Amino acid sequence: MNHDDDKAVRDLLKQVIGPVANTELRHDLWPQMLWRLDHQQAVRIPWFDWALGAIAGAALILFPGAIPALLYHL
Amino acid sequence: MDLLERFTAGDLDAFEALFCQHQRQVYAWMVRIVRDSGIAEDLTVETFWRIYRSRARFDPAGNFGAWAYRIATNAALDHLRKSRRETELPADLSADRCPDTAVQHETRDRIRQAFAQLPPKYRLVATLALIEDEPYERIAGAAGISVSLVKIRVFRAVRMLRKQLSSLGIKDAKS
Repeated sequence: MNHDDDKAVRDLLKQVIGPVANTELRHDLWPQMLWRLDHQQAVRIPWFDWALGAIAGAALILFPGAIPALLYHL
Repeated sequence: MDLLERFTAGDLDAFEALFCQHQRQVYAWMVRIVRDSGIAEDLTVETFWRIYRSRARFDPAGNFGAWAYRIATNAALDHLRKSRRETELPADLSADRCPDTAVQHETRDRIRQAFAQLPPKYRLVATLALIEDEPYERIAGAAGISVSLVKIRVFRAVRMLRKQLSSLGIKDAKS
C-alpha cells in the first residue's frame, strides 16, 4: 500500500477535480470573527442557569402556597 | 505573560493577534478540503470560534498552529458530514486541467459524484492525499490519527472509488 498503488485513481481525480488553484484568503476575517464572538456570547446562557430556572418553576407549580412567602422574602 | 498565556487567560487582544497570524493558513487548509471559498471562510471563523471556546484547555507551551489545524480539520469533517447529501463538488477553485486529455463531460460528472459519495472521513484524507498531494504525516497530524490509519483510509477510499466507478462503467480507475 503506497503512492504507486493508487496512481490511476490519483491521476483520474487530478484530471477531473484537480487541486485548488487559489488558496489565498481574499479579505481579513476578523470582523466576521468579532461578530460571531459578540453574537454567540450574547445568547449563551449556562446550563446551570437553565437548571435553576427549571427547578424554581417546578417548585412554584408544585407548591403555589410558597409564592406569597417567596414574594415576602423578595 | 506571553501571547499564548494571555490567550488562554481569555485576553481578546491576544486572540486577535493569533487570529491574524493563523487565519490564512487555516483558510488555505480548509479550502483544500471543502473546495469552496465561501464555505472555507465560514469554517475558518467556526474553527477560531471553537479555538476561543476551548482556550482554557490549550497548553501555552504547546504548538498553537498544530492545534488550530486539528480543530480546523474537525470542523471541516463536521461540514462534510452535514453536506454529504449534496453530491456536487464545487469546481470553480480547481486548477485548470488539460482540455485535450480531459475525460468526457458526463464521465467527469460521474467521477465527481462518486467522489462526493465517499464517507466523509475517507473523502477528507482522499482529497488531501490524492488530489492535494499533502504528505501523509501532515494529514495524520491534522486529523489526529496515525499515519498508518491515513494510509488505510486512502487505500479504502481508492477501493471504494474503483468499485463505484467500475459499476458506472468507467474503466480508467483500474491500475
